[in-house]
Amino acid sequence: MTTLLTPNLTAHWDEKDSHTVAGYERHGGYSALRKALAMQPDDVIGVVKDSGLRGRGGAGFPTGLKWSFVPQGDGNPHYLVVNADESEPGACKDIPLLLASSQHLIEGMIITSYAIRANHAFVYIRGEVPHVIRRMFAAVREAYDAGYLGKNILGSGYDLDITIHAGAGAYICGEETALLDSLEGRRGQPRLKPPFPAVAGLYASPTVVNNVETIMSVPAIMRNGADWYKSYGTEKSPGIKVFSVSGHVKRPGVYEAPLGITMRELLDYAGGIRDGHELKFFVVGGSSVPLLTGEHLDAPLSYEGMEEVGTMLGTATPMVFDETVSVVRAITGWLDFYKHESCGKCTPCREGTWWINQLLHRLNEGTGEMEDLDKLNDICAQILGRSFCALGDAAATPYPAAMKYFADEFQAGTHTASADTFDHAASIVFPGVKS
Amino acid sequence: MALSETTRAELESILDRYPNPRSALGPMLHLVQSEEGYVSPAGIELCADVLDLTPAEVAAVATFYTMYKRHPVGKHHIGVCINPQCGILGGEAIWQSLVDDLGIGHDETTEDGQFTIERIECQAACTYAPVMTVDWEFMDRATVDSAREVIAKLRAGEEVDSTRGPKIRSFQETERSIAGFDDGLADADGNCADDVMLAGLNLAKEQNMPFPEPSRAGEGS
Repeated sequence: MTTLLTPNLTAHWDEKDSHTVAGYERHGGYSALRKALAMQPDDVIGVVKDSGLRGRGGAGFPTGLKWSFVPQGDGNPHYLVVNADESEPGACKDIPLLLASSQHLIEGMIITSYAIRANHAFVYIRGEVPHVIRRMFAAVREAYDAGYLGKNILGSGYDLDITIHAGAGAYICGEETALLDSLEGRRGQPRLKPPFPAVAGLYASPTVVNNVETIMSVPAIMRNGADWYKSYGTEKSPGIKVFSVSGHVKRPGVYEAPLGITMRELLDYAGGIRDGHELKFFVVGGSSVPLLTGEHLDAPLSYEGMEEVGTMLGTATPMVFDETVSVVRAITGWLDFYKHESCGKCTPCREGTWWINQLLHRLNEGTGEMEDLDKLNDICAQILGRSFCALGDAAATPYPAAMKYFADEFQAGTHTASADTFDHAASIVFPGVKS
Repeated sequence: MALSETTRAELESILDRYPNPRSALGPMLHLVQSEEGYVSPAGIELCADVLDLTPAEVAAVATFYTMYKRHPVGKHHIGVCINPQCGILGGEAIWQSLVDDLGIGHDETTEDGQFTIERIECQAACTYAPVMTVDWEFMDRATVDSAREVIAKLRAGEEVDSTRGPKIRSFQETERSIAGFDDGLADADGNCADDVMLAGLNLAKEQNMPFPEPSRAGEGS
């Protein structure tokens, strides 16, 4: 049976004011807040726990469980920080969500903050998206004016302030502890864990850091209940997910569907591969997860389904490449990225990304040596699990996975440049560029 | 341009957003750039003074993040995403045409001070690949021709619209928006939903797929 699309967070994006308080209230927006404020905070956490909602930023940690780690009655202020630093190559779902479902986020933040007993919440938005930053500043102002933020929200006695914060161009700040350091006005470098943010986060106080889509999923769960949410998705990956499909497909875009939908189905919804071409490889969870090929099209896009085929669901934002694309070129480009974004704090990542990068570049240019192939595997193995945070692991992931399916292309890099094996101009999606 | 008392007052106003003053440093540095065109030594001194930090502590932060510029940026900052998705789908070709046309390279500025160009990493807009930015406003689904046209228009002082609403102003004006000062442009294009954002929703409606929250779906359609 075909898995149907399930527009939920995106259900009213065809109304031009979907991002406003009026546009949101027209379809039941802020009714979940009223319901939650009438409940005990622990019961709100209970509902989210029961729903099985897992973090949508990539790691998939159970959301309700994360909230329950925040100590209560500890006398410290608590904080909610929304991670809107979407920067993972391939991921483009939080930015559209922030643009068109701004009030979903604010309602979700109020409910979450109430549950974890926080009176100040933050949205950390990457700095390069002024259109999103001004949108969220305006959304917060609008929510204050409507009485959803500030003192004594809806007469409940509960107070909450929200601060919008812009980053300044550092992928590492998507890592939650680096994000917290950045939000404290420091260089965005990861912290040693434990202590985890739930115990000592922002300003050394208990803090929940959640992804944009995770928080936006909360109001619908409160409105309709945990069982409703669990009726979508799979047993281990319940619920609805916003997928962004990009690359050599006919209709790149945002598709909201239950977890467990297959790549074949999603590709079909996206119109299939562009005319006259065929699928070569795709990357489901951002560049930090192992790539897959046509043989994996029927694997369910769920946390466990992706693990079974040796990769990770990650951000669930598939990038699709056709046969014109050189795998060596793509992997080299991604390693340029990790080298550029390594924060320099730990040696394996700081040094390793540069070493991988040099070897990949000479393979891409056709001047590699056969022993480079094994050397790359060795270096990746030395980085994986030995770096301070997941950025190092991510940098060590693309090459070994690509070698598994496309060893011949890397071997060719010992004598022929990727630009000679492949016509790079053929990969371009607009006309007029000759090779 | 010297930093004025007004700038100091605006820098101080950012502190009100946070429980802890130092958190204001990020947006403060954006505001410095909007005044100076880059993070100037005077700007570092001023931030340090306002936050009671040493200039070295402020400089340590300013040099960590790629958006804080250490030398003056041109009137317009042009970014081309060269991360593999955008780069392969046409970003590298766009970049090369800019380099050829303007005669400058990465992080360099044209002699007339109009343009600074930068190879930028993933902008979370892969569904619009290849993506170019002008003063950090998005130029989705760019081509070599569209990039050339944008440059020509900006040169001629003509109006240029970004693809998500606001028209192009300048690098410095955008930096003020990023620092959190209202520019009145938040609703320039409604919710910004276009065929890319609506791809799934339109299909679901065309094929009468049931919405997860039926009552909400019924109200809207």
